[in-house]
Amino acid sequence: MASADITERPIDDHLARVPEIGCAPPGSDIEVQLARTWESEPGWRGWLSTVDHKAIGLRYIVTAFIFLIIGGLEALLIRIQLARPDQTLLTPEQYNQLFTMHGVTMIFLYALPILSGFSNYLWPLLLGSRDMAFPRLNAFSYWIFLFAGIFMYVSFPLGQAPNGGWFNYVPFSGPTFNTGPNIDVFALGMVLLGISTSVGSANFVVTLFRMRAPGMTINRVPILVWGTLTASVANLLVIPSVSLAFFLLWLDRQMGTHFFDVANGGKPLLWQHLFWIFGHPWVYAIVLPAMGIVSDALPTFCRRPLVGYTAMALATMAVMLIGFEVWIHHMFATGLPTVALSIFGAASMVISVPSSIAVFAWIATIWLGRPVFKTPFLFFAGFVMLFVIGGLSGVMTAAVPLDWQLNETYFIVAHLHYVLLGINVFPVVGGIYYWFPKFTGRMMDETLGKLSFWVMFIGFNVGFFPMHWAGLLGMPRRVYTYSSRMGWDGVNMITSIGSFVFAIGVLIFLVNVVVSLKRGALAGPNPWDAATLEWATSSPPPAYNFAVIPTVASRHPLWEDRLDEGRGRSNFKEGLLLAEGREAISTSPIDAKPLAILKMPDDTSTPFFLGLFISLLFVGLLLHWWLFTAATAIAGSLALIVWLWPRKALAQRAMPQGDNNG
Amino acid sequence: MHDEPYASAFAIKTNLEAGYTYTDGTFDLAFTLAPRSVAAATSSSNSVETAVRACQSMNPPPPESLDECGEARPWPGSTLTGGRGFGAAVAGLTAVPGACMAETLDAPLNYFLHSYGPAARPTMYLGWVLVGVCAAVCFIIAVLLIMAVRRKRPAADPRAIGREGEGLEWLYIGTGISTLVLIGLVVYSLMVLNAVAKPPEAPTVTLTVTGYDWWWKVEYEHSDPAQRFITANEVHIPVGQPVLIKLKSADVIHAFWVPTLAGKTQMIPGLMNQKWIQADAPGTYTGQCAQYCGAGHAHMGFEVIAEDIQEFEKWRDTQRRPASLLPSVSNEDPGYKLFMDRCAGCHAIRGTKARGTHGPDLTHLKSRRRLAAGLLTNTPDHLMDWIIHAQQFKPGSRMPSISLSEAESSALATFLSKLD
Repeated sequence: MASADITERPIDDHLARVPEIGCAPPGSDIEVQLARTWESEPGWRGWLSTVDHKAIGLRYIVTAFIFLIIGGLEALLIRIQLARPDQTLLTPEQYNQLFTMHGVTMIFLYALPILSGFSNYLWPLLLGSRDMAFPRLNAFSYWIFLFAGIFMYVSFPLGQAPNGGWFNYVPFSGPTFNTGPNIDVFALGMVLLGISTSVGSANFVVTLFRMRAPGMTINRVPILVWGTLTASVANLLVIPSVSLAFFLLWLDRQMGTHFFDVANGGKPLLWQHLFWIFGHPWVYAIVLPAMGIVSDALPTFCRRPLVGYTAMALATMAVMLIGFEVWIHHMFATGLPTVALSIFGAASMVISVPSSIAVFAWIATIWLGRPVFKTPFLFFAGFVMLFVIGGLSGVMTAAVPLDWQLNETYFIVAHLHYVLLGINVFPVVGGIYYWFPKFTGRMMDETLGKLSFWVMFIGFNVGFFPMHWAGLLGMPRRVYTYSSRMGWDGVNMITSIGSFVFAIGVLIFLVNVVVSLKRGALAGPNPWDAATLEWATSSPPPAYNFAVIPTVASRHPLWEDRLDEGRGRSNFKEGLLLAEGREAISTSPIDAKPLAILKMPDDTSTPFFLGLFISLLFVGLLLHWWLFTAATAIAGSLALIVWLWPRKALAQRAMPQGDNNG
Repeated sequence: MHDEPYASAFAIKTNLEAGYTYTDGTFDLAFTLAPRSVAAATSSSNSVETAVRACQSMNPPPPESLDECGEARPWPGSTLTGGRGFGAAVAGLTAVPGACMAETLDAPLNYFLHSYGPAARPTMYLGWVLVGVCAAVCFIIAVLLIMAVRRKRPAADPRAIGREGEGLEWLYIGTGISTLVLIGLVVYSLMVLNAVAKPPEAPTVTLTVTGYDWWWKVEYEHSDPAQRFITANEVHIPVGQPVLIKLKSADVIHAFWVPTLAGKTQMIPGLMNQKWIQADAPGTYTGQCAQYCGAGHAHMGFEVIAEDIQEFEKWRDTQRRPASLLPSVSNEDPGYKLFMDRCAGCHAIRGTKARGTHGPDLTHLKSRRRLAAGLLTNTPDHLMDWIIHAQQFKPGSRMPSISLSEAESSALATFLSKLD
C-alpha cells in the first residue's frame, strides 16, 4: 500500500522544487508574508472575490440558517392552521404552497447546505490543509446555492410558490393540472441548485484524496470527513437523476414533450423512480455528515477517543451503499409486485444494522468516558436518543404491509422530523456551540446554551412525538384542515404547542449567538481541550490556516502526549514552509505522502459572475426571454474562459521523491 | 384551475355537524368525547334527518354499532349511544388527556387499534409487535444512555484521556442483538405481507373505483352490461366476502385507503392497480384519499358500507334501476328543467337526458349517507348549501357555486329530493 498510490511521473525540471523545512512563529517574516498573500482584500471587492474556505463555509452556515428560520416560520403558520379542526386561517392553496416551501426550504436549502458549510469551514483545518482543492469552485458553489435559493423564493410573494410538495409528483405538477409558474420555478431552481451541489461534492472528494497533511493516512481522518465524503460521492451519483427528472418535467411543461404525460404515453411512475433514486440517498447525505459532527465532537466532552473508529467509518459507508437499494420504500403503495417490495423492505430494515453500530459506539464512548456537561454535550447526547427514535420508526415503515397503513400519514411526518431535526438540526446546533469559538474567537454563553437545549429538546418531543399517534389514528399528510369527527383535535393541539416551544428554543439559541458574538469570553486556540487539527491553530484561524504544513502522526494529534501511543509525534511548529505565493501541499490518496506543491489561485470574482450569469440564464428560461437567455449564456461562457485561462504560475511544482520523509 | 383566487370569506359554516350537535344541549359535553356517536344520537332526534333517511331501516347500522360485533372498547365512555349519555357526560368531566384519549380511540381511521377484515388484521398485529419491539429498544437505549451519562466514576486527573481501542464489545453485543431482532422482524413482516397481499378465496364482487379531483366514481361490474351501474363516494360490499377493487385515476394520483379494512394503494393515471378488501362485520368504514392531490385533498373522503348479503343485493338492485321520477316529475317541472339546464352537463341521472360524466352520478343521490365526498351529511339543507357554496366548501373544485334565487333553490331542492 505504501507506494501503490504514489503517482510516478517524469519531473519537469523547470517545475521541480525542493521545499524548505523550518518554523514560522507568529510575527516572523515568513508568517507576515503568508498573511499578506492569503488574506482577502478588505471592502466589498474582497468580500465578492474571496475564495477562502472559511469565509465560504461561514456564508453557507449563515445562509442555510436563514433558510431554516424562513422554513420554521412557514411551519409555525402551518401549525396554527392545524391547531384546531376546521380552521380557516389559510386557504387550501396557501396551505399547499406553505407546506411545499417548508419542505423545499428545509430539505434542499437548509439541510445539505448547512453541512456543506461545516465541511467547507472545517475540512482544510481538520485535514491540515490550507484550502479546499478547488477554491474558486467552492466560491462558485456557494453563489449558485444562494442564487438558487433566491430563485425558488421569487414567486412566493406573488402567491405563486411551488405547490406540488417537495416530491412534486406528476401529473399534479404537470402542465395540465398546474398551469401557473409555480412548478417551473421549482423545476428550474432544482436544476440550478443541482449544479451547486455537484461541484461542491466533487470538490470534497478531490480535497480528501489530494489535500491531506503529510502523515494523515486514510485511517486517521476524522469521521466528519468520512460522512461528508460518503455524502459527496452519493450526491455525484444521484443528483443527475433528480436534475434530469426536473429538467424533463420542465420540457413537458414548456416545450411540449411527453415524458410524464399519460395521454401521450408518458409514465407518472417514471417520476417517482427518478425522484426517489435521488431522494433516499439524499436523506443519508443530509444525516451522515451530521452524524460525523457528533462522532468527532462527542469524544471531546467524554475525554476519550471515539469507541470503534474503524467500525464507524465502515458503517458510514455501509449505510450509504444500502441506501442506494431502498428507494422503493417510498413507493410501496404504488402497486409494484410484492416480490420487489419484499426486497426493498428487507434492505430498508437491514440499513438499521450499520446505524446500530453508530448508536452503540456513541453510547460506549459516553459510558467509558468522563462526560463534561457543556452545552454541546447535551445536544449530542440528546441527539443519540432522537436518532434511536427516528431509526426505530423507520424500521416500522420498512415493514411493507404496515407501511401500506403508515405511508402518507402523520406517522411519516413524525419519523422524518425525528430524522431531519433529530439527526441534522440537533448536531448542527451542538456543532455551532462547539465550533463557535473557532469561528469567532469567542465562547458562547453556557447558561443560555443549556436553556436553549432543554427548551428545544422538550419542545421538539412535545411537538413531534404525538405526530406518531396522529398517524396511527389515520391522519393523512398534507391536509389543510380536518373535521372534528376524525378524532385528531387533541393530538394536533399538543403538536402545535410543542412546535412553538421548539421555536422559542431556537430563538434562545439565536439570541445566544448574537450576544456571544459581542460579549462572549475570548477563546484560546483550544478551549475544549479537543484532539483534532483545527484546534492546533488560533481562533479564529489565520487566512493561511497553518503557518507551516503540519505533520500528523496519529488520529488525535493534540492528545498524543496523554494517549501515549508511542507512534511518534505530530508536529505543528516545524514543517514544510510554503510561502512563494499561495501554496499548498498535495499528498498521496491513501498514505498521505507528499507529492507536489500546489499553486493555489488568488481571490477572484469570476466565480461570482459565472454564478450570476448562470442564474440569470435560468431566469431567462423561466420567463421565456430567449434573447436574454442567449446573452447570459454568452456572458457565462466568457466568464468561464476567463476562469479557465491557463496560467503558468498555477502549474503545480513536483517534489523529487525522497527529499521529504513526511 | 388551481390559480383561481379563492374567496377569503371561506369562513362559512365549516362544521355543520357540530351545529346539529348543539341543537341538543344535553349532548354538548359528550360531543367533545365521542363526536360520531353523538351525531348518530342526534340524528334520531332530528326530524329533518330522520325524514331524509327514510330508508334508514334498510341501511346498515352506523359505525358505532361495530361495538356490538365483539370489538372490545378500552374506554367505556366511548361507546355512548343515545341512551347512555350519562356515562359519557361523567367521562367528559375527566381530565383533558382522558377525553383526548377517548376521542382518539374512537377515531374512524384508527387502524392501529381497529381492524375489521383479513386484509387489515394481520397488519394491525404486526403494528403491535413492531411498536412493542421499538418501545422496548427505545427504553433499553434510554436507560443505557442515562446510565452512561450519570454513572459514578472514580476520581481521576482531569487532564487524563481514555485509551483508544476499548469498548468494542459494546459494538459486537449491541449490533449482534440488533441484527438478530431485525432478521426476526424481516421474516415476520414478509409473512404478513404474504398473508395480506392476496385474498384467501376468489373475490365475489368486483368493482372499479376511479379517483377524480376530489371525489370517487364507483362502478359495479357485471357480465351483463345492463346490470352494471355507477355511483359515487360510497362503496357497498357484502359482509364476509373478499371484494376486488380496481383502482384508476381520471386526473392526478390519488390513493384509496380504508384503514380499518386494508392499507392504501395509489391510483395512478394510465395504470390500473388492484386491491382487495373484506369486512367481517357489518358497519360503515371511513375512507380517505391518502395521496396529496391538490386543494381539495383534505376533503376527499368516502365510506365503505358492509352489509349482509341480502341487504347488499337489495341495495344493488335498487342502484341498478334508473331514477323513478315519473309520474311525480314532469318535463315541465321547474326543478327538473333547472337541473337539465345547469347540472346535466356534468351529472347523470339514469333514466333522464342528464348524462354528464364530469361529476358524480346522482341517480340515487338520496340513498347516500354523505355529500361532497364525505364532507357533509346528506340532508336537504346541506345539499342546497353545498350547491350554492361549493367553492367555499371545496375551493378549486370543478363543482361551481351555483347562484340560485329563492324560488329556483326550492324548486331544485324539491326535484333532488325525489332521487331516492
